[in-house]
Amino acid sequence: MSDRELRVSKIRDGTVIDHITAGQALNVLAILGIDADSGDAVSVGMRVPSDRLGSKDIVKVEGRELSQDEVDVLSLIAPAATINIVQEFDVVKKHRVERPEEVVGVLSCPNRHCITTEDEPVESRFDVLDDGIRCTYCDTIVRDAIAEQIDVA
Amino acid sequence: MRHDHIISAKQLSRADIEAVLDRAAEAAADPEAFADRHENALLGLCFFEPSTRTKMSFTAAAKRLGGDVVDMGPVGSSSVKKGESLADTVRVVEGYADALVLRHPSEGSAQMASEFVDVPLINAGDGAGQHPTQTLLDLYTIRESAGFDDLTIGIMGDLKYGRTVHSLAHALTNFDADQHFVSPESLKLPRSVRYDLHEEGASIREHTELDPVLSELDVLYVTRIQAERFPDESEYRAIAGEYQIDTETLEAARDDLTVMHPLPRVDEIAHEIDDTDYAHYFQQAHNGVPVRMALLDLVLGGDR
Repeated sequence: MSDRELRVSKIRDGTVIDHITAGQALNVLAILGIDADSGDAVSVGMRVPSDRLGSKDIVKVEGRELSQDEVDVLSLIAPAATINIVQEFDVVKKHRVERPEEVVGVLSCPNRHCITTEDEPVESRFDVLDDGIRCTYCDTIVRDAIAEQIDVA
Repeated sequence: MRHDHIISAKQLSRADIEAVLDRAAEAAADPEAFADRHENALLGLCFFEPSTRTKMSFTAAAKRLGGDVVDMGPVGSSSVKKGESLADTVRVVEGYADALVLRHPSEGSAQMASEFVDVPLINAGDGAGQHPTQTLLDLYTIRESAGFDDLTIGIMGDLKYGRTVHSLAHALTNFDADQHFVSPESLKLPRSVRYDLHEEGASIREHTELDPVLSELDVLYVTRIQAERFPDESEYRAIAGEYQIDTETLEAARDDLTVMHPLPRVDEIAHEIDDTDYAHYFQQAHNGVPVRMALLDLVLGGDR
């Protein structure tokens, strides 16, 4: 085991999200709804050296698999990320994230006049563009700072 | 027409538009032939914002088809005041009417509301988003006065928040039209509209002054620059003055220029233009009735 891998300890069962764009680890935690009160056992490595990316972030979550919605949003802020499912300390499944056609219910629309920001029984929905996302309801396009739209409420 | 709901001009193909305009021309030419077309049909009017032309012309259109309207009335005296959601309101009114017309201050409201009802829902303006039925009457007016071939149109004013502009710009991508957008920098077209026009390969140019393009135009579509968009009133006054037209401004225009405006106007078109051949904005407003008759006829099953 190399020094590089030892920076973040191994987990027994859960998910390792590797090759996260450097600096995005905390946003990944926000996507997963993980904060100080959530009770999840989490290891985070930030700006660790990476052969592929130069530097990367890495997040390991004990006892947790990601939903497809979570993976979809993850792909928008960390397009090179890999998802590793770990059982009994071994990686049993590994795959890269893929950009979805749309993301539902995880991001909030930054347009304060959008109907999805009001108290209506509707989930946010965004079409995924080549270089951003677009609200299906009000058409607002978000290109930068997509992570800021993560709805952690 | 394939669409049960009329939400955005983006959903309208050239064939859809021409079907509505052709039927509107029939209704305008022979209103009697449409007089009992939808006897007993009820149109539900859900206007969460003030409206004069749109609401009255939908009412007139429904009545001229032999039908009638049920109107939820002002928001202040409706269940909305008690905190009822839009989704609930339209689900309730759906039970009273054969089709719904919705105006709402929030963008995307018509799209959302349409997901909760089975009767046709027509977007009569959603915030700064879209106003597709206004666009259909705009296109009717343009077709009558200037035609759709080799059309050069200038669209001037508040392009950022002007929903009529957004819908018209989308719809014009179906035609052979060069679009010139004239506005202050702060009120340029929103990113989403520019994105769509680019995707459609539309011919567009943006300007901050009218003078350089005025002489090329077949149509000049003027919209109101809204004082409330500016944090400082003096800034508004300085800008608004640059986007007003009078007979002196139009000396450089072609004699057959068509001047349009979705109304209401404040001072962006001088009243002295009203009596010239340039002025088409009142006829444009009048066209709202036959166009909305045609639209209602189609969504209520007039083509079946």
